[in-house]
Amino acid sequence: MHPAYSVIFFTVASGAGFGLLGIAAIALLLGAEPSLLSGVLALALIGGGTLSSTFHLGRPERAWRAFSQGRSSWLSREGILAAATVPVCLWFFAALYWQWVLAMFAAVVALLLAVATVVATAMIYATIKPVRQWRDPWVVPGYLAGAFASGAAVWAALDAGVAGRVAALVALAAWAAVKLFYWRSIDRPQTGPDIGSATGLGKLGTVRPLDPPHTEENYLQREMGFRIARKHAARLRRLALLLGAIVPGLLLLVSFLVTPFAIIAALSALIGLLVERWLFFAEARHTVMLYYGTNVV
Amino acid sequence: MTSLPPPSKVQLGLVIDLDRCVGCHACATACKEWNDGGASGPLSDTDPYGAKPSGVWFNRVHSYEVGDGADGCTVHFPKSCLHCAEPACVTVCPTGASYKRAEDGIVLVDEDLCIGCKLCSWACPYGAREFDAVEGVMRKCTLCVDRIYNDSMVPADRVPACVQVCPTSARLFGDLGDPDSHVSRTVKEREGFDLMPELGYRPVNKYLPPKRQMKLASLATETAAIDQAGFFLRWVDRLLTR
Repeated sequence: MHPAYSVIFFTVASGAGFGLLGIAAIALLLGAEPSLLSGVLALALIGGGTLSSTFHLGRPERAWRAFSQGRSSWLSREGILAAATVPVCLWFFAALYWQWVLAMFAAVVALLLAVATVVATAMIYATIKPVRQWRDPWVVPGYLAGAFASGAAVWAALDAGVAGRVAALVALAAWAAVKLFYWRSIDRPQTGPDIGSATGLGKLGTVRPLDPPHTEENYLQREMGFRIARKHAARLRRLALLLGAIVPGLLLLVSFLVTPFAIIAALSALIGLLVERWLFFAEARHTVMLYYGTNVV
Repeated sequence: MTSLPPPSKVQLGLVIDLDRCVGCHACATACKEWNDGGASGPLSDTDPYGAKPSGVWFNRVHSYEVGDGADGCTVHFPKSCLHCAEPACVTVCPTGASYKRAEDGIVLVDEDLCIGCKLCSWACPYGAREFDAVEGVMRKCTLCVDRIYNDSMVPADRVPACVQVCPTSARLFGDLGDPDSHVSRTVKEREGFDLMPELGYRPVNKYLPPKRQMKLASLATETAAIDQAGFFLRWVDRLLTR
């Protein structure tokens, strides 16, 4: 699948925003006091990400219509949940300086909404049947772990406390583990549709493409036909783990001695997540390409 | 509303006869011609006369080789929207632009509601939906809904443009929800099949398999017969095959 930069930036940025909000909520429930900056940054990441997501629309001025189909569409649900999170986030951070009990209540709602929104984002992909790599059971855990790992890394960059950094270390390790499970899962030999079942001609013999319908690439090939060499994918997986988990992990350990290193750790984690999200698209194979001569997806 | 309506009794669709299709692309061209100017148009093109022409087509004709050696054959394979009974392209739509008609099962896009998020094209395993980069909206086969119910046309013309134009009658149009309809009976007789049934979209459109090919073996027998023929016939054969 074509990795659209606006969508990659959107899912990583808003994921980190929701993760940060969730971590702030958990922190409050455990008795810490989230800084105002963490609230501002969470809203900025969520808002910036959502804004970026409209850049890949053919008709961005109609984006508001996407709130209407929550009964059937995960994309619509994601929009509704994300929009609902914003006032709750404002209420949460306003209540911190106003009424503690209300803030605790807001924190619970904010945490639930943050988790629900990230799950909705992941479900957009996890329900796309023609893409085996997205139907994988590790997709939802991967998005959740990514959101909370990056959110925790940003939290650790803002907060000098020890608990935050330990939480970030744990979350980053969990994310790396989930991604390893995901990659192992999609690397297994598949039993999905092939060119024989796509054309229904498989029972007559081997099916080989002879002539494509047109001389130039069409929308389907540009959108669904993006392929990445196995060798490059393996290298990028290592890079994602290195930048997303190993480097930030080490920097967080250093930050116990030199605090500002936590900021570099957060940036590294976000870049690692961008690489991973790019791969999430680049490694995904759509069944439509079977008609254009790909043997297996 | 992108939730699916209760299954309709009428399920209009196409039956594609892969035994008859000669791969002339007339269906694709007639489709483009009708729909570009019709209610669902324009079907935008970019660089149409240049080096990299690209554009929206509702119907595209692939060609495949099937089988090996003497059992091999060429199969021309037109592909358009299959108007599935379980169209995930509809339920993923966040705006309500995509819908399945309750009365006849046709899957349509209301282009005034479409935001061009492309999610429906991801959800379609068959590649039936194409994004119109000029208009910023998704486009798809309408089963020529502006022809088949068009009272201002003579009844013979009230079929999809691709069906009307097909020179070999390789495309049949009718109600696949009615087991006694012409199309349903043909599907039954010819053992029509679904594309990628394992994904569970339950396409309404069916494909009829190519009949087992006239054995090229018969040609081989002729060649053998020539070898056993007398001198004169062998000489004529050599002369003609030169």
